[in-house]
Amino acid sequence: MIGSRLFPLATTFVIFILAYALCYAQFPNMLSTRVIGNLLTDNAFLGIAAVGMTFVILSGGIDLSIGSVIAFTGVFLAVTMGEGGVPPLFAILLVLAITTAFGALMGAMIHYLAMPPFIVTLAGMFFARGMAFLISTDSVPIRVELYDTLQDLYFRMPGGGRLSFVGMAMLAVVVAGIVIAHFTSFGRNVYAIGGNRQSAELMGVPIARTTILIYALSSFLAGLAGIAFSLYTSAGYSLAAVGVELDAIAAVVIGGTLLTGGSGYVAGTLLGILIMGLIQTYIVFDGTLSSWWTKIVIGLLLFSFIALQRGLVWLSARRRGAAAIPA
Amino acid sequence: MTLPTTIRRVLPQLVALFVILALNTAIAPGFLDIAFANGRFYGSLIDILNRGAPVALLAVGMTLVIATKGIDLSVGAVMAIAGAVAAALITSDHSLAATILATLGVGIVCGLWNGALVAFLGIQPIIATLILMVAGRGIAQLITEGVILTFNDPGLVFVGTGAVFGIPFPVILWVAIGIAASVLFRTTALGLLVEAIGINRRASSLAGIGTSALLLAVYAASGLCAAVAGIVAAGDIRGADANNAGLWLELDAILAVVVGGNSLMGGRFSIAGSLIGAMIIQSVNTGILLAGFPPEFNLVIKAAIIVVILVVQSPASQTLFAFMKSRPRSEEDAAAPVREPEKEAAR
Repeated sequence: MIGSRLFPLATTFVIFILAYALCYAQFPNMLSTRVIGNLLTDNAFLGIAAVGMTFVILSGGIDLSIGSVIAFTGVFLAVTMGEGGVPPLFAILLVLAITTAFGALMGAMIHYLAMPPFIVTLAGMFFARGMAFLISTDSVPIRVELYDTLQDLYFRMPGGGRLSFVGMAMLAVVVAGIVIAHFTSFGRNVYAIGGNRQSAELMGVPIARTTILIYALSSFLAGLAGIAFSLYTSAGYSLAAVGVELDAIAAVVIGGTLLTGGSGYVAGTLLGILIMGLIQTYIVFDGTLSSWWTKIVIGLLLFSFIALQRGLVWLSARRRGAAAIPA
Repeated sequence: MTLPTTIRRVLPQLVALFVILALNTAIAPGFLDIAFANGRFYGSLIDILNRGAPVALLAVGMTLVIATKGIDLSVGAVMAIAGAVAAALITSDHSLAATILATLGVGIVCGLWNGALVAFLGIQPIIATLILMVAGRGIAQLITEGVILTFNDPGLVFVGTGAVFGIPFPVILWVAIGIAASVLFRTTALGLLVEAIGINRRASSLAGIGTSALLLAVYAASGLCAAVAGIVAAGDIRGADANNAGLWLELDAILAVVVGGNSLMGGRFSIAGSLIGAMIIQSVNTGILLAGFPPEFNLVIKAAIIVVILVVQSPASQTLFAFMKSRPRSEEDAAAPVREPEKEAAR
């Protein structure tokens, strides 16, 4: 019997396998390493950002600013490396420092002003997007050697598929996320705050430091996702990545993380990303379905997972109630 | 001061609005001019009232939802659905009355869906409405079949661009709906019951308030307001654009409600405040354009407004304000300990 904690993750896994099997039955080419390689490359930036979102949601919060931070990172890099003539590596370090500080500031506001994360990160979303607009409203191409080198860097899988650099970066971030979530005291603190903030505080979990770190981590990963996105598109555009935060939230929920916080796995988020990517790939393969079906199917999946979570919570509450009566 | 409580409640918002309008007048001298031509009024002030109509309409429903400690992220998507339904029906030769009734009905159904998720399944409002926010635009595109459906029906165009006695019809719509909602919720016990849910839903339920039915009604009202805003937006451009109609307006509507002095924690609300909030946002937008700043500044200034409001509303600064207010009084108390019982009574 699988514990109720693992059940949503197991469901996600089964759905992913079933969906892939269905796709494979219709289009045998879906199982080729080329498709798998593209699946990872196309969703790399979303995956990196979603790992950060997983930590935020595990702590019971939400971060609406990541799409804007991705756009800001892209524009900042394109302009500083292009017109500014800043060395690429320095520009990348600089932008990661800026986004991390930005996230830490939002975390500090959430903690010290005791305001809902929703509205604080909404302000962050407006601010980051506005800053991106102020730097440039054009789509700025990126032409630096470092980008060419990284774009040409890939690992050839058997069957001709390419595991690109951004795809590998996403997998590395997921692994790092799993390690941070389950093998560090920071990870345990995140779960503790998401489970019950008051109990965590009484147990001596450093709430202020952890909250600030969570949002700093989310914005840092959004910055990293912005770099991956600029590698993927070779440009920085201030209107890019609109609504990515919603895709990331959807991926986290489909991945089986409880929206009230305290329960979930980073690995589930990777599965959520892959399921969403699979739907898009299926629509491309089919050719007759329109792209808006993606949104409707993701909406349906979101609904079924939230309903499933509610059902589990209800069941466990009933079981506890039944156990309490004889005692 | 002997101002009526309703006015005193929205006084900070009114002051803010006047300051922004005064700034706009300082920037652009012709700002307050209103001309009358072709049977309607023209001028920057009228333009603010007219352009702010969709956000003002959304803000009415959003105020009620936020008063129950909820939030409705789906209103932008519902606007897109409503515009698509209206355009699809009118282009397939349905009458204007049938089109508008059906569109409003669709808005109510969308709201009921959100309300059912919140009231019966107990899902957090932000997540429950996220589902329709994600799927809604897909549904709208399904209805328009991926194209921008254009129409020329004079009735539907009138809703978006017409004028009655020289006043643009969208303005009349949001003022009328705002007054109707205020009367409905403030002259009856409904407003109090909605606030009770926002303060403590379980306690309200135990006290005999039909919380589920009220939550359904509040979300349905938000859906209805979104549908009206959708018809206005579609009528304005004579077409239904499933991708861009109402895009990010849910955030503007939430901002209008917060600027209007309503707490996101629920439990009290002022529809008039939210409507003034919507006008403040629109005045800032217009002011930025008049000042010759690029419109990109809009987002940064909106962010700054939210931060200022957050700092003012936060529990930490509330304690600080209370502390600064109580200090002179405590000195008074120390000087005249006789007044102790009076203070006790005030508690």
